[in-house]
Amino acid sequence: MTADVQGSKDASTATVTPWWRDERKRGIASQALVGLVLVGFVWFMASNMLANQERLGVPMSFRFLDSPAGFQLSFATISVTLDSPISRILLVGALNTLFASAITAVLATVLGVIIGISRLSTNFLISRLAGAYIELLRNTPLLLQLVFWYASVVAALPAVKSSLSLFNVIFLNKKGLYVPDPVFQPGAGLVLVAFIVAVVASVVLRRWASQRQAATGERFPAISVSILLLLGLPALTSLALGNPVEWDIPVLGGFNFSGGLAFQPEVVALIVGLGLNSSAFIAEIIRGGIIAVSHGQTEAALALGLKPRWTLRLVVIPQAQRIIIPPMVSQYLNVVKNSTLAGFIGYPDLFSVIGTSQNQTGRAVECITILMLFYLAVSLVISTVLNWYNKRVALVER
Amino acid sequence: MADISADTTANNNLNAQMEPGLRPSLPPPTLETGAVGWLRHNLFSSWVNAILTVLALYILYLIIPPFLAWAVFDATWTVPPLAAGVEDHPPQFADCRANAGACWIFVEARLPQFVYGFYTAEQRWRVDIVFLILAVSIFGLLSERIKRKKELAIFFFAIFPILAFWLLYGGLGLEVVETRLWGGFMLTLILSGIGIVFSLPLGVLLALGRRSDLPVVHMLCVVMIEFVRGVPLITILFMANVMLPFFLPPGVEFNVLLRVLLGVTIFAAAYMAEVVRGGLQALPKGQYEGAMAMGLGYWQMMRLIILPQALRIAIPGIVNNFISLTQDTTLVAIVGLYDFLNIVRAGSRDTNWLGTEIEGYVFCALVYWIFCFAMSRYSMHLERKLHTGHKKR
Repeated sequence: MTADVQGSKDASTATVTPWWRDERKRGIASQALVGLVLVGFVWFMASNMLANQERLGVPMSFRFLDSPAGFQLSFATISVTLDSPISRILLVGALNTLFASAITAVLATVLGVIIGISRLSTNFLISRLAGAYIELLRNTPLLLQLVFWYASVVAALPAVKSSLSLFNVIFLNKKGLYVPDPVFQPGAGLVLVAFIVAVVASVVLRRWASQRQAATGERFPAISVSILLLLGLPALTSLALGNPVEWDIPVLGGFNFSGGLAFQPEVVALIVGLGLNSSAFIAEIIRGGIIAVSHGQTEAALALGLKPRWTLRLVVIPQAQRIIIPPMVSQYLNVVKNSTLAGFIGYPDLFSVIGTSQNQTGRAVECITILMLFYLAVSLVISTVLNWYNKRVALVER
Repeated sequence: MADISADTTANNNLNAQMEPGLRPSLPPPTLETGAVGWLRHNLFSSWVNAILTVLALYILYLIIPPFLAWAVFDATWTVPPLAAGVEDHPPQFADCRANAGACWIFVEARLPQFVYGFYTAEQRWRVDIVFLILAVSIFGLLSERIKRKKELAIFFFAIFPILAFWLLYGGLGLEVVETRLWGGFMLTLILSGIGIVFSLPLGVLLALGRRSDLPVVHMLCVVMIEFVRGVPLITILFMANVMLPFFLPPGVEFNVLLRVLLGVTIFAAAYMAEVVRGGLQALPKGQYEGAMAMGLGYWQMMRLIILPQALRIAIPGIVNNFISLTQDTTLVAIVGLYDFLNIVRAGSRDTNWLGTEIEGYVFCALVYWIFCFAMSRYSMHLERKLHTGHKKR
């Protein structure tokens, strides 16, 4: 475009064009204006901020991070006490955010794929049921769902004595969810190493199998062998070392459960609420992706004699995958961002911890800077990783 | 070969016998038509399907009867008559103790507050007028039978906001009702309405800026959009509430509602910009080149050729953004505003109504659901109306 403008200008050098008719010069002028306004705006804000901070006697400084926090968190993945510095408390908050987001993302993906495929089922009842689920969860506010789950977890679940239980190892009651806690004895690291080895081996195996199939046409049952490897290798290592990982199973004693890992109602409500909500959105993404693959593709595959199952696996899913990935990226980002609502139901995620710290120290600017940087960094990391994956599976055109 | 020819002869004989019109056509098998046929096709086409059907029926059995019992049959719908020896009192949760189900008298008793918030009771007719004008003009704008859309649109986007502000806030002969008294459903409508009306044009400008050839404008828009999209709405509201006072000269103060509106609009505009950008990118380059070849300037080209088409493509995404904006207005609770959800929450924390949380939330969900579902259906309708391509199947 700029080249065109250049050309026309050179051609008409005979008549002098006024500068405001010249697109290039006009562009420079308008940009200079925008830049000037922007700089002025930022300078105005910054000078106000410095003046205000000076007036209030709180000059910009991150030294408050070292002072003891003096408040306790209801849920923490690493140890934290009342005397811990604020930086430690913020770290706990950040880990809580990541913990809740990660579990939610896994739950939502599994559930979303099931619901999305159910929505496309030829079975009338199943598809309508999935449709009702999606419409209900997508058309009500997430915050409402969270407070609803929190209220129902507290109100509707049975008391400790009559807990709901799964195989007598997992218990659910008013006070939360109790699951077995792995206790690592010396040697447990080797089991983890075995698992990593199995993962690497199955990746290598898969690559080799597809190369061999491309070269010779011979198939190798790579998937079943990998599953066997992934389950078998750690199990064998564990057996050989004499079970270095033991499970501490929760036991009902007196008024409450002892042993095991306990998750308070807040954690359960957050993960259930956020997970179900995101699963409805993921279901729609999956459904949209599958529908978007032209019906001619399915028809052609069936005409070639592929069975419906193989049509889905070899023709529809690889194409749907490309359509599904970009919206999935933003959905995972949404999960992280939506976890900020946790504060409303008393789960100490980074946002609510920052809110409390800001309240106690009055350091609004510093706290919000940390908060924004954290979320921007998480967004950046997730979208970079998934965009890299997206590039790998994208169709290479021309 | 011989087999085939024999087959053909047999076929010919059969065809002769089956010549149309020789015999009355038989009715289709009963198993393929009517309710039975429908069941066979849709619910029991294979054994896997049959199992799924039974599973679905079981899930429905688990959910629907208990819910109906709670919400309808065992619910308390009206305030029961006073028992002997009980002092007269305003309705409260204790009145529902007799029934196991939902306590709907909570919603009945609190409905005015849910709708108007703390708005002065004698002045609530003003809010009613605004609701009425809003409903009538939205119907007028959306209905296909009503013409004169242009006049309606000018009224709705230019005159109505001023009129509504005057009616709601007061002044010029009306009693002033401070914005801190605004709340409930009315506040939710104001927040989402203003957010919707302002975020779309702002989003279009951001999207155009992002596609601009001018590097400064382009960078500014990219940074703005990506920054806002990278952080949660709640942090933007928090920032608007806590950090904005730091950025203003001492003594200058913004109304909380105004600050929240600013945050919500900027947030929605960034998302809108991405949807509009999608529409802009979907247009073939020939449209731009054609417009330029006609000698149109940038703004003429955008206004007359590009935006009408791009916005049409972007309609589903735009409406989706409207829906999430409506739902996101619930987050204003973080800065202490009492929107619809927050006022219902506060109502169920009243000592007279402890234990009515679920009733409040179910009512609240129903209202949000009706609005959001209506929006999504309308967008699907528009999509179908504007769909000109080939449809699958």
